[in-house]
Amino acid sequence: MNEALTLLSFGDQGWGDTIALGVLVTVSLSLATLPFGLVLGFVIALAKNSSEPSLKLAANIYTTIFRGLPELLTLFLVYFGVQIGLQQLVKLAGLEIYIEVNSFVAGMVALAFVFSSYASEAFLSAFKGIPQGQYEGGYALGLSRFQTMTLIILPQLIRLALPALGNLWLILLKDTALVSTIGLSDLLRETSIAARVTKEPFLFFGVACLIYLVLAMISSSAFTRIERWSKRGEVQR
Amino acid sequence: MIAPNPQTGMKPPPAPPRAWTNTRIAGNVLMALWAIAGISLAAYLLGNLEKPILQALMPLLSGDWATWAEQRLATHEFDSFLERYGAKYLQGFLVTLQIVGLSLLFGALLSVPIALARSSKWKIFSRPAYAYVYFFRGTPLLAQTFLIYYGFGSFRPELQSIGLWWFFRDAFYCVVFAFSLNTSAYQAEILRGAVQNITKGQWEGAAALGLSRPVTFFKVILPQALMVALRPYGNEIILMIKGSAIAAIITIYDVMGETRRAYSRTYDFQAYIWAAVIYLMIVETLRRVWDRIEARLTRHLKR
Repeated sequence: MNEALTLLSFGDQGWGDTIALGVLVTVSLSLATLPFGLVLGFVIALAKNSSEPSLKLAANIYTTIFRGLPELLTLFLVYFGVQIGLQQLVKLAGLEIYIEVNSFVAGMVALAFVFSSYASEAFLSAFKGIPQGQYEGGYALGLSRFQTMTLIILPQLIRLALPALGNLWLILLKDTALVSTIGLSDLLRETSIAARVTKEPFLFFGVACLIYLVLAMISSSAFTRIERWSKRGEVQR
Repeated sequence: MIAPNPQTGMKPPPAPPRAWTNTRIAGNVLMALWAIAGISLAAYLLGNLEKPILQALMPLLSGDWATWAEQRLATHEFDSFLERYGAKYLQGFLVTLQIVGLSLLFGALLSVPIALARSSKWKIFSRPAYAYVYFFRGTPLLAQTFLIYYGFGSFRPELQSIGLWWFFRDAFYCVVFAFSLNTSAYQAEILRGAVQNITKGQWEGAAALGLSRPVTFFKVILPQALMVALRPYGNEIILMIKGSAIAAIITIYDVMGETRRAYSRTYDFQAYIWAAVIYLMIVETLRRVWDRIEARLTRHLKR
């Protein structure tokens, strides 16, 4: 027991600081992905909600692809695909440079693709929950289409989509573990290294799982608060 | 649409042409981009067929065309990617099916006692079941797989003494074990949610008819609950198929594993594109089949 605590302590003897850095990378990767995923997901939901069939079809192809591919494969496709694509471009330009894609950025892009395709479904079902009269009311007040969307529809939309988005955030947090396979020093990679060096895999992977659980707990309590905040205008029952 | 007037036989005027609004332009541009991407991808993948096509055409060609074809064939000193790795991908596909099938089966068996414990009135049962479900739903599948495959290696002497080492030594068994535990937590929640979704009146009605509780559960509640659970079960199967790609990381040669092996040998990006095609086909087929099954089983609920 003492041995385990020494291994997990901060400082020279333990792996505590390395693991803490890993947690920081995991959290910052998911936080960095979130805004891109949300905006992209909202735009795709708008496209799916439009009356134009070609736009709908284009958006549906996007979600079919990124919801059907394993997250790990999406990650590899982005990581190696972008690398090869850039290399070809550089070759065309006549340069001799070796390009390596940053695994943080590749992870961000791949996770944003996956997150946005699921988020678009969440937004779309929220769109269906807003009655047509809300739009008509906005136009009747002389608001432009943009103003109606941002001032009237969006606040209600966020409230309706929040529970689903909370789940998607938890999934995103878990999916960041996959980025450890392309060499990003996140929580899982740091604990794997610690496990290999110290030959205590059960301890370190157990700790990794527990840290993920703690992150999930913090997120769900944060989401409960956000949901309560978003419902502050509703009648208390 | 207005029907043609039966007396005069006159048809209504044709609908006015649709205006080229900004959304319509955007939609068409995006569809054109998808079409270009799809066609170039297909052309890229069909490059595999160049050799057999040229060989088949050889006797029909003459003059300049024949020399051109010979020159092209001379550049193909080795077989195409598909010829070399096609069979490997098929093997990988079968391994993926095995992993997913076994995990779903064991997960389904395991989920029943967990769901029962989770909805039990006694806290000694419900608390541990809640913790189990929370753990497996709150941590990444990759971390769980590592915990079982590498972590249980820490207990090698103990496992050897109780004669279970052969199980935890094998990556395949470990993956199936980890995936079964994971999916059992999800399936337990699906099952519990579906059973709780059935209104109390169904229980009371069955009780009024004098049915015993087990008979009520199996003949009245469960059929309705499974109907509700059909969609989440389908989603869970798809999640499992997608999640099974993780097995490749601990040296299982499923579709993803064969892909990684082929890529590391050839550095040909095709490897990943073929994997994407395979996974998309599996998931889309399953989704469509599942929609059919659901429509068939819930046909009495349609108005």
